[in-house]
Amino acid sequence: MAYSVKVLDHYENPRNVGSFAKDEEGVATGMVGAPACGDVMKLQIKVGKGGVIEDAKFKTYGCGSAIASSSLVTEWVKGRTIDQAMDIRNTQIAEELALPPVKIHCSILAEDAIKAAVADYRKKHGEQA
Amino acid sequence: MLKLPIYLDYSATTPVDPRVAERMIPYLVEKFGNPASRSHSFGWEAEAAVEEAREEVAKLVHADPKEIVWTSGATESNNLALKGAAQFYSGKGRHLVTVKTEHKAVLDTCRELERQGFAVTYLDVQENGLLDLEAFSAALRPDTILASVMFVNNEIGVIQPIAEMGEICRSRGILLHVDAAQATGKVAIDLETLKVDLMSFSAHKTYGPKGVGALYVRRKPRVRLNAQMHGGGHERGFRSGTLPTHQIVGMGEAFRLARLEMGAENERIRMLRDRLLRGLSDIEEVYVNGDMEHRVPHNLNLSFAYVEGESLLMAIKDLAVSSGSACTSASLEPSYVLRALGRNDELAHSSIRFTLGRFTTEEEVDHAIRLLHDKISRLRELSPLWEMVQDGVDLNTVQWAAH
Repeated sequence: MAYSVKVLDHYENPRNVGSFAKDEEGVATGMVGAPACGDVMKLQIKVGKGGVIEDAKFKTYGCGSAIASSSLVTEWVKGRTIDQAMDIRNTQIAEELALPPVKIHCSILAEDAIKAAVADYRKKHGEQA
Repeated sequence: MLKLPIYLDYSATTPVDPRVAERMIPYLVEKFGNPASRSHSFGWEAEAAVEEAREEVAKLVHADPKEIVWTSGATESNNLALKGAAQFYSGKGRHLVTVKTEHKAVLDTCRELERQGFAVTYLDVQENGLLDLEAFSAALRPDTILASVMFVNNEIGVIQPIAEMGEICRSRGILLHVDAAQATGKVAIDLETLKVDLMSFSAHKTYGPKGVGALYVRRKPRVRLNAQMHGGGHERGFRSGTLPTHQIVGMGEAFRLARLEMGAENERIRMLRDRLLRGLSDIEEVYVNGDMEHRVPHNLNLSFAYVEGESLLMAIKDLAVSSGSACTSASLEPSYVLRALGRNDELAHSSIRFTLGRFTTEEEVDHAIRLLHDKISRLRELSPLWEMVQDGVDLNTVQWAAH
């Protein structure tokens, strides 16, 4: 299968790989996917004042497109408020990375990872955040 | 000088040995006659070459040349054997037995026979990939006409107990078909002692050209088949169609070389395969798929836990290897062969098949070892599963959101 230049770039030089300490202030985690399906994404966001995402990190078990989708998402969410992050759509991810139809599920998973991380943040900090 | 990418996918196909290619060329250009032409020397010359090649194929497996039928490859041989025998003997019974880890050329042909009204039992294998003889015996019924079991598995390289199965089938009056596409040149095959009735061969897995194969059809006791390709009555009516002389000459030469060289070659390849396994064995959580003892020396199928197979293939693009078999590598499903061994999804998704061959060098194996060390640790750094396991989390207790 041929990968796009952008997928290859994110795959070979993934941005923001890693994990925050679990008890770090403002950190929330979204984990989506399942080993049985061949994809698991863990996205962590670090939310500061005014609900702005100051930093993000990821780890992904999955194909190159899954790794690239999650790497891209860490770049996109940084500097956005959590509400703005919720506006990121899988179609934008798929378009940016030129994902082929069989890899669209990777972009859906990345969108789900954002939603899961935000949900975790709201659960920890209440709806006012 | 190391040439990249390194080919470690000899079970998908092999290069044509230069000595084979050299023998083939005259039959494309000067000696182009139709072996079925009886009225002139062009035809006689081609026919002599075809018969010489038939003898070479027969010799490798200790058969009579009259028992060898040319086909377009192992897929066609499997189709002819299964459909031909099932249809011819359908008055005797309508049940077949095969194995879940067979090649698609057998499994899909069995599906077609089910549509034609036959019943097929698909047997499980043991964790090591080998068929349990008692389970095999128990699956045979009074109306069973044919069993089909591959000699060497294409994905994990395990060698099935064909001799014992032959005894069981013969004593019950059931035909045994064996797909030997992955076996020629790798294991000794003696059809004088093996009680096998039909055997499929391919040229391109044994340094011959693509597009040609053969089916062994036993004469004593005689096996009958319904032809699947009708026409000029070539190959004693078993398979019509003008014989591709150059391909056949190539297969004959490839099988002759296999007969002469397989002893020494297999030892050299075994040494390289063991070197590869040794070189990778210090990586944590690496699992060998399939039995290591009853296995051809060419194959090493490994699961690198917590690393997804497709991303690993992408990381080691300097190595031409496969995840599962070439026929399924375009799909996102984990290997059905590994699933049949009872491997869990993570391990089935993390498998890589390395198959070594005639032109593999020690230098190539060493390069592969270095590359894998480097890439596995990089991908594990990226893997949330690896992180969880390092933190002592049992992944089986995690509630996953399947998608």
